[in-house]
Amino acid sequence: MNIVVCLKQVPKKDSILRIGPDQKWIDERDISYEMSEADAYALEEALRQKEKHGGEVIVISLGPERVRQSIKEALAKGADRAIHLHDPIFDTAADAPAIARSLAAALKDEKCDLIFTGLQSDDYGFAQVGLILAEQLGLPSATIVMEVQPEEGAVRVKRELESGWFQWVRLPMPALLTIQSGINQLRYATLKGIMAAKKKEIREVKAADAGLTADDLKPAQVIERAYLPEKTKRTEFIEGKPADAAAKLVEKLRFDARVI
Amino acid sequence: MMSQGILLFIEQRDGVLNRTSYEAMVAAQGIASATGEKLSAVVLGKSIAGVASEVAAKKLEAVHTVEDDKLAEYTSDGYVAASKQVIENLAPRFVILSHTYQVRDFAPKLAAAFGKTFVTDCVGFRGEGDDVVFTRQIFQGKINTDVRVTGTPPIFASFQAGSYRADKVEAGETAAPVTPLEIDLSNVQIRTQAEEKFQEAKQAVDLSQAPLIVAVGRGIKSQENIEIVQKLAEAMGAEIAASRPICDNEWLPMDRQIGSSGQTVSPKLYLAVGISGAIQHVVGMKNAQTIVAINKDAEAPIFDIADYGIVGDLFEIVPALTAEITRVKSGE
Repeated sequence: MNIVVCLKQVPKKDSILRIGPDQKWIDERDISYEMSEADAYALEEALRQKEKHGGEVIVISLGPERVRQSIKEALAKGADRAIHLHDPIFDTAADAPAIARSLAAALKDEKCDLIFTGLQSDDYGFAQVGLILAEQLGLPSATIVMEVQPEEGAVRVKRELESGWFQWVRLPMPALLTIQSGINQLRYATLKGIMAAKKKEIREVKAADAGLTADDLKPAQVIERAYLPEKTKRTEFIEGKPADAAAKLVEKLRFDARVI
Repeated sequence: MMSQGILLFIEQRDGVLNRTSYEAMVAAQGIASATGEKLSAVVLGKSIAGVASEVAAKKLEAVHTVEDDKLAEYTSDGYVAASKQVIENLAPRFVILSHTYQVRDFAPKLAAAFGKTFVTDCVGFRGEGDDVVFTRQIFQGKINTDVRVTGTPPIFASFQAGSYRADKVEAGETAAPVTPLEIDLSNVQIRTQAEEKFQEAKQAVDLSQAPLIVAVGRGIKSQENIEIVQKLAEAMGAEIAASRPICDNEWLPMDRQIGSSGQTVSPKLYLAVGISGAIQHVVGMKNAQTIVAINKDAEAPIFDIADYGIVGDLFEIVPALTAEITRVKSGE
């Protein structure tokens, strides 16, 4: 069973985010990056399926040079090969349809049974790229998946619904699944894995190779302004050494808020 | 046909309307008054007359219904195909939805079928002339963006649960007409087979009734450290709860999870320890009467909704707080 995993690299979770000089995105100076959390779980699930059922795990990622670091991490964890959409034109693909179009073009000739994505990225959070990709490739899809059970020619998946409800759904393969964070326990790359990764293929795809021009990737959804959210409440910050701050807080909660 | 009007998708299950549809309706009514476009709604399913007439009592021009055996149970294929025909038929300028798990499952495919972009999970909008600028959050609520859609209609947008208040829906003076739409799903192949919905482990703990909650998040770093938060909860007589990563790691059981995939609570006091305040968590606790946040990052979004905040090392502050509570209580 061959599985393609779409990976996105995003600023590290604990990054201190500032608005960039053009006020349209964050200031990317001094930011370090990592694999988007849900994508890391998607990769882990693909590796576990491969260990049970055989086949190949192919990772695909779009982005600048730095993205290779996350690709290498995926290869070190056990993915077999990688596709890197690496071209300045791809970096302008800033809405979900443009990203999905790029992935679809690069995956056109891949024979795979399943495609996994994370349910949404930690930066834009569109929660769409996987589904648009499915639509473009003509695949059935299921979102927010918590368990994957391959069957003969089909896959049975547990979908998370709202407020603690779940549902099993069966789809014919090939199919696209968006994977929920926490579906499994993530592994670390081993030294052996890191060494093995050095010999694995990372195929670079330019926009022209995928038959795409800058016009094809023009986003139809444009950020005009990025800014810090206005606070809906005025937070009273309590300062001082831990013991003093604790005493002040308890006093506030007892006599001002009267909740304890 | 020229695209005009606003079409709101109403979500229902087994003839029961999803309340977030009314929240999205508040946004849609606002867009209608900002742009001068007329608002109508569509309900998909089977046996939906009750929902349709409930919706028709609100301030809108028309309610369309689409009934088909293939829509009795939700499937992505069925909803994409039916919605596509509805939109082709009515040619709206805006398509508005609430950002539910169901919408997340089919609407991106629907927009893609029209080759359109989809502005998901909006928390607001503003009118500019007859144009609309949407507000959506990136980096899990840490940053807001104003987003404009270029190109030809329809413009697809979904609104986040809780971004508008359902009780602000404007009622209509007279009931809007309810008209069935003829669509043909006979050639549509439903590729997925859905089984019965179920709830996992019976919710052993009902946190919705707890007056005091101490919740712990990723900042706690490891399972062994949960103990210091447990001690604080015990000292306060509070229930312990957690954000999703803690339960995913099984450091606390699933039934302690607060947020969109867990429980929704509104206690007197919600004390968030090492929780950054990702939107998926915040929707489950923002209605708490008093919110206290302890976090090392002064920019964490949890401070946007906190009444009291302590910026610092939770490993120092939490034990100090436990000691102080114990001291105060023993003095009483």
